[in-house]
Amino acid sequence: MNSSAHESSTREIVAAMQDMPGGLLPILHEIQHALGYVPEDCVPIIAEGLNLSRAEVHGVISFYHHFRSEPAGKHVVQICRAEACQAVGARGLEAHVQTSLDVKMGETTTDGNLTIEPVYCLGNCACGPSVQIGEDVHARVTPKRFDVLVADLKINGGAK
Amino acid sequence: MLTVYVPRDTTACALGADGVVDAIVAEAASRNIEIKLVRNGSRGLFWLETLVEVETPAGRMAYGPVNASDVTGLFDAKFHEGAAHELGLGLTEDIPYLKNQLRVNFARAGIIDPLSIDDYKTHGGYGGLTRALALEAQAIVDEVKASGLRGRGGAAFPAGIKWQTVLDTPNEQKYIVCNADEGDSGTFADRLLMEADPYQLIEGMTIAGLGVGATQGYIYLRSEYPKAHEVLKAALANAYEAGYLGIDVAGSGKHFDLEVRLGAGAYICGEETSLLDSLEGKRGLVRSKPPLPAIIGLFGKPTVINNVLTLATVSAIFEKGADFYKGLGTGRSLGTLPMQLAGNIKRGGIVELAFGSTLRDLMEDFGGGTASGRPMKAVQVGGPLGAYLPESQWDIALDYEAFAAAKAMLGHGGVVVFDDSVDMLEQARFAMEFCVVESCGKCTPCRVGSTRGVEVIDKIRASDSSDKQRDDNLILLEELCDTMEFGSLCAMGGLTPFPVRSSVKHFPEDFY
Repeated sequence: MNSSAHESSTREIVAAMQDMPGGLLPILHEIQHALGYVPEDCVPIIAEGLNLSRAEVHGVISFYHHFRSEPAGKHVVQICRAEACQAVGARGLEAHVQTSLDVKMGETTTDGNLTIEPVYCLGNCACGPSVQIGEDVHARVTPKRFDVLVADLKINGGAK
Repeated sequence: MLTVYVPRDTTACALGADGVVDAIVAEAASRNIEIKLVRNGSRGLFWLETLVEVETPAGRMAYGPVNASDVTGLFDAKFHEGAAHELGLGLTEDIPYLKNQLRVNFARAGIIDPLSIDDYKTHGGYGGLTRALALEAQAIVDEVKASGLRGRGGAAFPAGIKWQTVLDTPNEQKYIVCNADEGDSGTFADRLLMEADPYQLIEGMTIAGLGVGATQGYIYLRSEYPKAHEVLKAALANAYEAGYLGIDVAGSGKHFDLEVRLGAGAYICGEETSLLDSLEGKRGLVRSKPPLPAIIGLFGKPTVINNVLTLATVSAIFEKGADFYKGLGTGRSLGTLPMQLAGNIKRGGIVELAFGSTLRDLMEDFGGGTASGRPMKAVQVGGPLGAYLPESQWDIALDYEAFAAAKAMLGHGGVVVFDDSVDMLEQARFAMEFCVVESCGKCTPCRVGSTRGVEVIDKIRASDSSDKQRDDNLILLEELCDTMEFGSLCAMGGLTPFPVRSSVKHFPEDFY
């Protein structure tokens, strides 16, 4: 999608939601849902629509871990780093993910397929380590199981 | 027709429940067996997920943990008639883990179809609202006060007092805000409640609106809970459709609107004032108190802000009466607390009990020890800001005051078990690191103190035991903890020292 298409989607979303009280987060969610990220060139449009400064909009986007200013890889893979998962091997899993895919947390694999991110709790704490791929949570993810999940993504795009 | 239940909650699905459903549907079709498949919420016995239940004349029979590959064998054994199978667990209600609980919040979880208002009403739902609609606002607040209900989010502030302040603060617009930003590791009670019994929360919030004179409510849900979001959106639409929300709540002429809003991956937004800023569309910065949110809250208006369990409990209190609720528990910790068994535990899940039992009962009788089979070494209670407790503290009663006296906190009831392979210096370091990542940045002790904390712990790790600098750095860490505890604006920086100090104090061998 090019920059002017970004702008027109953003304008539509802002126009539809600008009267919502405290609507900035819902607008950002909607934009990220539509475009996969919140491009820099959307910021002035949001700012104008909500009567905010660009700095305020930028400040909100950068404050929240969920919002991204750059496109992610084809699949976003979140590895839980929180305590309940640590207790069942999340540290080892994190190390395995980084070495086996040759990425650091927060980076995208060179083929653009996977963006690996840390997450702090997915609410699946009785059956960790937990990993979320797209919107699907996976339980008891050992390094071996992780490799299977990643192989599935390559073969069939993660369909079950 | 045969009714089969397969949970739809996050953990069951993470363990393959959707695949089990597909297999059951296909197998039933190929055998010409007509079934009604209900996606219930989970019973919260997570080590048994996917837990499949079948309706029989004797009651619901449970089978678990079921994988998709087990389904053919289950049909061969005639599980659909409640027959024996190696995965058979007998009547669900007789599973000791469930039978030995006292469920108020989770009484319906896993039993009903989460989205069916009829199911909800059949099991006592909306009975509380009917009672509340006949009461004056003050009488509603009095009932909550009389129940002894305290905030289940962690701070344990008496809910009725908060509500009274909002009721007493005149304003044409007031708000009810539900804090569903359950970010503590080791907690999932809010998630399960929203996924398994969402109307309980909707009803509780409606009663809160009637009690304090608020016509608008918001559920602030963390973005890491997509399934809870799906369920809540559908449940809200159904509640509007059935006339339980909107300008004429249940035909009473009273008005209450309710909307779910998503957070965006910021732990700090579980802090109530930061949550309010976030709901207003801003960065989630912590506000100074006073003013209290009850007086100047969301959009500057008087606001009740309570945790999911607190608000949900209100519907049970109105259904069963304040006397019933306060008859449970101990001391000033009244009612029940859903504890969440997590981490390295054999039988993890929700254990709802009246206040007053002990951690040891919970971890041993219910939890069955560690999943790894190794001895337990430390338990973190109350989330990432909670203390790590050694075995000598496992007999403390599960009671807010007893925990506070031991310099620990019960918090939201999360219990994360670690076996003896854990390195407590790493856990202390993580507590500081987490504070670096999640601090809102408004106050210096939290923002800078946590970064310095990581550095000091790294220095302690790098020095050898004969090194005098190690002792100096441990003293420095202690002083840094003081600064954070007493100088931070909110619990994020103020309580991060709890896991750090308890690690150093109770597990010194990992630091020397």
